[in-house]
Amino acid sequence: MAGTAVSLIPSAPLMAPDTQQEAPGAPRIPETDIARAVARGASFRAEIHDKLSAEEPVLEIREFNLWYGPTRALYDISMKVPRGKVTALIGPSGCGKSTLLRSVNRLNDLVESVSVKGDMRLNNDSIYGRDVDVIELRKRMGMVFQKSNPFPMSIYENVIYPLRIDGEKNRSVLDEVCERSLRGAALWDEAKDRLQDNALGLSGGQQQRLCIARAIAAEPEVLLMDEPCSALDPIATSHIEDLIETLKGEYTILMVTHNMQQASRTSDYTAYMYLGRLVEYGGTSDLFTRPHLEATEHYITGRFG
Amino acid sequence: MSAASTLRPRRKRHGVSLAARGEPMLWLGGGALAVCLLMIAGLFALILRQGLATFWPCPVVRIATSDGGVYMGEITRRDTEGTDGEGYPARELVRTGNYRLTQSHYQWVDEQDGNAVSRPEWALVVERLEWGRFYGTPRAMVIIEPLPGPDPSAEAAGRWAEQMTGEGEPLIAVQRAAPGGADALLVRPADLTGSDLILGGARAFTGPQAAWSAFNKYHGQVRARWHRRRRLEDVDTGAINQREEKARLNMRRAEMAVASNATEATRAALETSRHAYEETRARAGQEFAGIRNRIQALDSENQRYQLLLETAGEGSMPARGVFLPLDQVVRAYPANRLGVGGKVGVYLSRWWEFISDEPREANSEGGVYPAIFGTVVMTLLMSLVVVPFGVLAALYLREYARAGAVVSSVRIAVNNLAGVPSIVFGVFGLGFFCYIVGASLDQLLFASSLPNPTYGKGGVLWASLTLALLTLPVVIVATEEALSAVPNSMREGSYACGASKWQTIRRIILPRALPGITTGMILAIARGAGEVAPLMLVGAVKLAPELAVDGLLPFIHPERSFMHLGFHIYDVGFQSQNSEAAKAIVFTTTLLLISIVAALNLAAVFLRSSLRRRFSTSGF
Repeated sequence: MAGTAVSLIPSAPLMAPDTQQEAPGAPRIPETDIARAVARGASFRAEIHDKLSAEEPVLEIREFNLWYGPTRALYDISMKVPRGKVTALIGPSGCGKSTLLRSVNRLNDLVESVSVKGDMRLNNDSIYGRDVDVIELRKRMGMVFQKSNPFPMSIYENVIYPLRIDGEKNRSVLDEVCERSLRGAALWDEAKDRLQDNALGLSGGQQQRLCIARAIAAEPEVLLMDEPCSALDPIATSHIEDLIETLKGEYTILMVTHNMQQASRTSDYTAYMYLGRLVEYGGTSDLFTRPHLEATEHYITGRFG
Repeated sequence: MSAASTLRPRRKRHGVSLAARGEPMLWLGGGALAVCLLMIAGLFALILRQGLATFWPCPVVRIATSDGGVYMGEITRRDTEGTDGEGYPARELVRTGNYRLTQSHYQWVDEQDGNAVSRPEWALVVERLEWGRFYGTPRAMVIIEPLPGPDPSAEAAGRWAEQMTGEGEPLIAVQRAAPGGADALLVRPADLTGSDLILGGARAFTGPQAAWSAFNKYHGQVRARWHRRRRLEDVDTGAINQREEKARLNMRRAEMAVASNATEATRAALETSRHAYEETRARAGQEFAGIRNRIQALDSENQRYQLLLETAGEGSMPARGVFLPLDQVVRAYPANRLGVGGKVGVYLSRWWEFISDEPREANSEGGVYPAIFGTVVMTLLMSLVVVPFGVLAALYLREYARAGAVVSSVRIAVNNLAGVPSIVFGVFGLGFFCYIVGASLDQLLFASSLPNPTYGKGGVLWASLTLALLTLPVVIVATEEALSAVPNSMREGSYACGASKWQTIRRIILPRALPGITTGMILAIARGAGEVAPLMLVGAVKLAPELAVDGLLPFIHPERSFMHLGFHIYDVGFQSQNSEAAKAIVFTTTLLLISIVAALNLAAVFLRSSLRRRFSTSGF
C-alpha cells in the first residue's frame, strides 16, 4: 500500500495540510513529515478520524504539553475520549502514553521536575485550572497500574479504601459497595468467603482484579488503566479482557497498552502516539485495517517498534 | 573451504591466577568472621560462667594449720604465683566471714603439708542482714525468756529452770569472759559462776541436729515478724511523714504569700495554716509513738529467738560461742550436708533473692530489685518520649520537607548526633534539664520546698529525657529507612484513589513502615538501657531511698532519683568495701543486665516478625 496517493476510505475527508508542515496535498501523509517534525522538535497535528466527532466526550485533552525538567515529553496533545467506550493508547516505548495517562489524574504532580502547559477537562470541569482541588479530582477517576498494588490490608479494606478516605463510615453502605465492586470485577465468588484475609495472599490475576474493584468502588467518571495485563499470564489476561468488555458501557475506560493485539481485541477507539505526539486516533477496526497515515501503518504492521 | 585458514589466531589465555580465583579472600573473610564469633562467644561464656557460679553453695572446709591456726570458711580462690622452685607455697583465699571478730571478710591460708583439711558435717553458712557472712557450727537454738527481777541472780535462774515447762531444755544463757572477747555459753543453773553475765533463761535445743530442726521451725515466723516491722517502719511511717510534710509546705507557702503581699487575708491564711501544721505535727507525734511501740514489741519478741554458734577459731583466736538473733539471719544452711537437691534449692533461692530483694551491705549483698525496677522504668519513659518524637521528625524529613541543602544538613546533623560521646549528653542534661528547666519548674511550682530542689536535681524524668536525646538519631535514621522502603507503587495507588498526603501516610505508609520503626525502637531501647555515663550525672544513685513508682499519690514520682543496673555494676565493682565478694556480684549483675536487654530485644524482634508477616507479599 505504500506510495499510493489516493485515500482508500472515500468517506474520510482529506486532512488539510498544517502550516507547520511542508507536506504536499497528498491524502496519505508520508512518514517523512512526521520525522521532519520530530527533527525540528515541533508538534504534529494529529489525524483524527471522523467517527469520533459523533461521540460524546467525557474527557477532553486540549493542547496538552508536558516537560520533565528541560526535556519535553508531550507535544500539544489534543484528543477527546468518548463516553462509555474503551479507548486504547498504543505506541512504541517512550512515546509518552503512560505520561499522558498519568497526567489525566494529575499523578505527575508528584514528580518534582514536571511542568505542564495546556488543559484537560473532565465532564467540562477543568483539570489543570488554577483552583482545582486535586484530591477531589482524583476521587472522580479510578486508576489501575501495570503492577498490581494492593494495600497491605484485608480484601474488604482494600476495596472500600476510596470510600473510607472520603469519610464514609456507614457499615452497610461499605458492605454494599464492596460486594458491588467485587462483582463488577468478577472477583466476588472467589473472595466472598475470605474478605478479611490479607489481600497480599491473592494470586497475581486476582490482585489485579482487586485493584480494578478498588478503582471502580467510587464509581469513577473515567477509569484509567496503565498496561493492566502486562504482568499477568495469558489466562489471567483473558479474564481481565473479559472484564473490560463487561465494564464497557457503564464506565469510560482509557487504557494504555503495549500489546497491539490486545488493543484490537478490547478497545473501541485507538490512539497511536509516537515520540510524545498524537499521530492518529480513530475507531479500532479502521485504524488497524485502513490507517490514514503511513507511519501508523508501519507501526501496526510491525516494521518498527 | 578449510575452516582453519579463515580463523584468526586467538589471544593466548593466561589461565586463572590465585588472586583472580579469590581463595585467599575466602579464607580471610571466613577467618575474620570466625575470630569475631569467637570473641563474642568468649565474652558470653565468661560472663555466663562467672555469673552463674556466684550463687552456687560451695562446701565449707576447716583448715587446721601446723602452727595452730584454725580457719573455717568457703574457698574462693587459689593463688599459685611465685610457687615454682623454692620460695612461697600456694595459698588459698578463704572466706571466713565473721567480720566483727576478725575485721576482715577473707583470709589467706598457706597450703602446707602439715595442714589438716576437713569438711565438718554441721558447718553452717549464715547470711546475715549486716556484717556479711558467718561460719560456725550450731551448738544450740534457744528461745530466751527474761528472768524475773531487776538483777537476775543464780537463785532466780534456778527457780526459773524448775518452773519451766514445754519443749526445750531449761538452761541459762550467759556471756563468760574469754581471751580475746566473751564466749557465749549455755549452762545449767548449778554451773553458774559469779563473773558470768546472765542474758536470760533459755529454752534450749542442744546439739546440731536439734538446733537445726528448731531453727527451721522458728525462722519463718521470726522473718515474717521482721517483715511486718519493716513495713511499719517504711510504709506507715512514710505516709505520716508525707502528711506532715504537706502541712509544713502549706505553711511555708502561706509565709511566702505574706512575705510578698502582707494583707489581712494572707495573714489570716498564715494563721490557719500554722494551726493546721501544729495539729498535724501533734497527731503525727502520737501516731509515731504508736508505731514505735508496735515496732518495739515486735523487736523484743524477735530478740528472744537466738542461735548459738561455735566458731572454728579465726586463725590464732580460739573457738568461741556467739549468739546470733534469728531475725538477723537471712539464710542459713549446712553446706556439707546438702545433697544436689539441697544445693539447687539454695542456688535458686539466692537467685530469687537477687532479683526480688533490696541490696544490703552497701550493695555487695542482697538483691538488685530496685536497680532492675529503675532501669525498666527509665527505659520505658525514655522510649515513650523518643519514639513519637523520632518518628514525627523522620516523617517530616522524608515526606514533607522539600529536598535541598537544609534537609541534607539536618540529616547530617542528626547522624553526627549519634557520634557524640554519651557523657556529653549527661553534662547537657545536667546543665539544661536540671539547672535551667528544673530550677524554673521549682521556682514556679515548688517554691515552698526551696532551697531543697525538687526538679532542680537529677531524677527519673531528666534521665529519661537525656537518654531520649541520645537515642533520637537511631530512631530517626531507622524510621527514615523504613519510610523510604515503602514502594512508590503503593503511594501512587493511594493517591490515585483520591487520598490526601496525610491519609496516605497514616493508612498506608506508616503501617507498612511499622516493622522498620520497631527496629529503630529496639535499637534505641538496647542502647538506652545500657548507657551509664550520662546517668551518673542526671539521676542514678548508689542507693535510692524510694522507688520512682509506689503507692503514694500521685503514684509516679518523676523527680525521684533511681537505681540503675549499669550504674550498679560500676558501683559494686569499684566502690565497695568487700571487693572480693563484690567481684562475683559484678559478673552476676552483668549477666542479669545482658539477659534483660536480650529479653527486651527478643520481645521486640518477635513483635517485628509478627508485623512483617502481615505485610509479606506473595507473587512478585
